Amino acid sequence: MAEKLSCSIVDKIKAICDKFDNKPGELINILHEAQHTLGYLPMEVQAIIAEKLGIPVNRVYGVVTFYAFFTMTPKGKHPISICMGTACYVRGSEKILDEFKRTLGIEVGETTADGKFSLDCLRCVGACGLAPVAMVGDKVFGHLQLSDVKRIVKEFSED
Amino acid sequence: MEHKNISLIIDNHKVVVPEDTTILDAAKSIGINIPTLCHMHLKGTCADNHPASCRVCVVEVKGRRNLAPACSTKCADGMEVKTSSIRVIRARKTVIELMLSDHPNECLSCPKSGKCELQAVTQHLSINETPFSGELSLRKKEMTASIVRNMDKCIYCRRCETMCNVYQSVGALGAVGRGFNTTIAPTFDRMLKDTDCTYCGQCVAVCPVGALTERTYTDQLIDDLENPDKVVIVQVAPAVRVALGEEFGNAPGTIVTGKLVSALKDIGFDYVFDTDFSADATIMEEGSELLDRLSKFLNGDKSVPIPLMTSCCPAWVNFYEHNFPDLLHIPSTARSPQQMFGAIAKNYWAEKMQISRDKLVVVSVMPCVAKKFECQRPEFATNKNPDVDYSITTRELATLIRRANINFDALPKMEFDNPLGESSGAAAIFGSTGGVLEAALRTAYELYTKKPLPKIDFEDVRGMDSVRSATIDLNGFALNVAIAYGLGNARKLMEEIRAGKCKYHVIEIMACPGGCIGGGGQPLHHGDFEIIKARQKAIYEEDRNMPIRKSHENSSIIKMYEEFFGKPLSQKAHELLHTHYSDKTIKY
Repeated sequence: MAEKLSCSIVDKIKAICDKFDNKPGELINILHEAQHTLGYLPMEVQAIIAEKLGIPVNRVYGVVTFYAFFTMTPKGKHPISICMGTACYVRGSEKILDEFKRTLGIEVGETTADGKFSLDCLRCVGACGLAPVAMVGDKVFGHLQLSDVKRIVKEFSED
Repeated sequence: MEHKNISLIIDNHKVVVPEDTTILDAAKSIGINIPTLCHMHLKGTCADNHPASCRVCVVEVKGRRNLAPACSTKCADGMEVKTSSIRVIRARKTVIELMLSDHPNECLSCPKSGKCELQAVTQHLSINETPFSGELSLRKKEMTASIVRNMDKCIYCRRCETMCNVYQSVGALGAVGRGFNTTIAPTFDRMLKDTDCTYCGQCVAVCPVGALTERTYTDQLIDDLENPDKVVIVQVAPAVRVALGEEFGNAPGTIVTGKLVSALKDIGFDYVFDTDFSADATIMEEGSELLDRLSKFLNGDKSVPIPLMTSCCPAWVNFYEHNFPDLLHIPSTARSPQQMFGAIAKNYWAEKMQISRDKLVVVSVMPCVAKKFECQRPEFATNKNPDVDYSITTRELATLIRRANINFDALPKMEFDNPLGESSGAAAIFGSTGGVLEAALRTAYELYTKKPLPKIDFEDVRGMDSVRSATIDLNGFALNVAIAYGLGNARKLMEEIRAGKCKYHVIEIMACPGGCIGGGGQPLHHGDFEIIKARQKAIYEEDRNMPIRKSHENSSIIKMYEEFFGKPLSQKAHELLHTHYSDKTIKY
């Protein structure tokens, strides 16, 4: 379980629920906004939302686990996303992904122990001409080669 | 609003049904049973599951391109339906074959074998091989004191989810994940024991396959029965005797009390006693508690907790300990009849018989799976020796009778042993919704007014509506009572109490549909609420046939108070017959 949330975060989550009139039908919108605020959806946040909406926690958890977009693990300071769209894939993005996994020692959906990096896949960022593409935060890296991976990780490690 | 009638043709039969009827129900009304694995509706309750997810009930509708799921397709005027055309049968077969593709083939040793709905449909469709063999779904297994979860066998019908969330409002089980990895699991993939699960067992009662079953204690029981150093005694709950017969081909609502006693003697119990005896004791304690609270209340003491709520149902006890820690002073402190029996047997009776506690094994036969958890609560043990050693369900008893090669139909009728076998009609009705309250009223009325009841039957509190209320005249005082079954209904009443808006003085709560007669440990009803209604009818018949119908007139109870407890609510009674509750809120 994640560490206790601070009061201000609890208040923020409650305010998001209030903004949507605590309607159970707004659950997905509420989860979107909560994840946008916090970066992830820990158990405590799901429990707060369930209570505010007057629905069982398992309903919230069911939705969170159903949609790949929602995550229960906090993202790293520098979230890395590898494009797995068709163009990037045929240009070898899977090998790039494997290299990131090896370099960082984590799997897709995980975060490094120091909280610096997290690894995800995404589908097409609209930069197919640069394939294979990876994003770190909102910065795009194109024409990637295996040797670029260590360099990128090093560049952000120092940040 | 009046429903318009419409007519349609099902399998060449004309059928007239009210508008809004599903094809499934319309077919049933003319005796055509369309197979289904997910659909379940206990009519008259909110236990209504129709996700149309199993696709077994598909039928052919003339003019419609694809097959229609009968459970969720409404009839239309002039519709022509075929429930078993070649196309339908082929589709059903494929659906089942796909279900079997990741289903563990453990039918020979599966606890649900013979009662499994998937097995029944597979046989019905003459599926003799499994053409698709896919990856197996491997899930976490769990064994709690009451319930065993083996979700490898789950077919995602969502019935358990409906019972847990909609009917009980507990929310311990729900769908998690997506696609092939979907599973029905507790929140955050915890173990059931770390959730708000009340062990009501309604998930077990409706599971079509062997994914959710009760934890069985029959092997332990057989070991104890074999052990010459042990004295093994048994108590049987009121709802068991009106349901056990179903396991042996008797019609629902057949009363088999006498045969049940015979069977238990044949199995080898040293004494066969009756939970009805301790139900009478429960009324003595709970009825006195009610009068005590009421008289203080009427004398102007506004701090006394009103309403008094019954505390016999172990799932209900778990529910308020988990969800209403601020209202723990509201329910009666009286232990349930199962636990009163255990305490009486291991103290009063054991002392009388000079049997030491460690040699005495107390077993209960219950319509319930939560009772298995209840008897393991640490507060009901002395030096780790529990008052009730373990509890088996009505279904487990039937298994045991079959295993012992007993011809149930041919058994003679026998009487319970005494003194813990004498009981009143008031105790008999504990098995039905409204029964505990009526039993308490019979005693409380006479103790309060000091006059005999003009009419023993309190018809106003009977019935099968899931929330009922009545006003009883107690010497000019209007006593407002309410009865509810289903923890979802209980939650609403508790929220009214919390908000200070409750007008009732006494409330009876039972978790299961219709009370204990619809318990999680009873013979499976397969969604037919009429079976539970037949059991209820039998319960009131059992009551009418009793020579004594009020708990305070049970001579063995009177004698026990004289010899041992003194009077209801005495210090000794508090020690052995009452309990306390604690905050068991789950933290996330």
